[in-house]
Amino acid sequence: MASRPLSPHITIWKWGPHMLVSILHRVTGDGMAFVALPVLLWWLGSLAAGPEAYATFSGQASTWYGMVVLVGISWAFFNHMCSGIRHFVMDVGAGYEIQTNKGWSVATSIIGILLTAAFWAAVIYL
Amino acid sequence: MGDGTELGRVRGLGPAHEGEEGWMQQRYTAVGNLLLVGFLAISVVLLPDMSFATVSGWLKHPVPAVALALLVVNVFWHARLGLSEMIGDYVHDPANKFAALLLVRFATIGGTAFGVFFILKVALAGGTAAGAA
Repeated sequence: MASRPLSPHITIWKWGPHMLVSILHRVTGDGMAFVALPVLLWWLGSLAAGPEAYATFSGQASTWYGMVVLVGISWAFFNHMCSGIRHFVMDVGAGYEIQTNKGWSVATSIIGILLTAAFWAAVIYL
Repeated sequence: MGDGTELGRVRGLGPAHEGEEGWMQQRYTAVGNLLLVGFLAISVVLLPDMSFATVSGWLKHPVPAVALALLVVNVFWHARLGLSEMIGDYVHDPANKFAALLLVRFATIGGTAFGVFFILKVALAGGTAAGAA
């Protein structure tokens, strides 16, 4: 085959924060569908089943791996919430200028982490 | 149809004149999630602890019970739209796509039904709102 330039493809794009935000929005959203929703049903189901089942749930939830899952779910939610709000802004046609777009892409990722930290700090100290 | 934004000018003007419902529903349920999951997060922070007695007593009050039931409906609805979008992007074989969409639909509707049932069972069980059952 003659070596002609290929149409732009995934390997030639220079990485930018907006790509990370887009990928994380999908990963956190679909991740929550597969992890957070079963945990939500387990929590509600154990609550409906009675104190013994609820003790099983909270026993698992308070182990180190349970806490990893719960903190992970909370981060996924706050990250998805921030990038989702960014989507709402972009839905109306705002925030496409390169510097603005980069700035808010970085900001949504950081705000997601800060909100997760604030949530757990509030759970522990309030 | 609005004429303020580019989005408002083109909505519904595709060759099919329809098909934007899923896109709009994703936004409606997103706002719902913001309110309802926000309610749950603040409640978890404000509840004195997450023991069985505390949480089941809390869930006997009308506002938490209704909010959590709406939350279950809303998050599973939003998840169905998001998962369907992922399937639309990555599953190209028509038969596999149909099977995957069917599975997602059944699983999310089933999840909604179980979630609402669990909440009703706790909310409507004997005992008063003030004291745990």
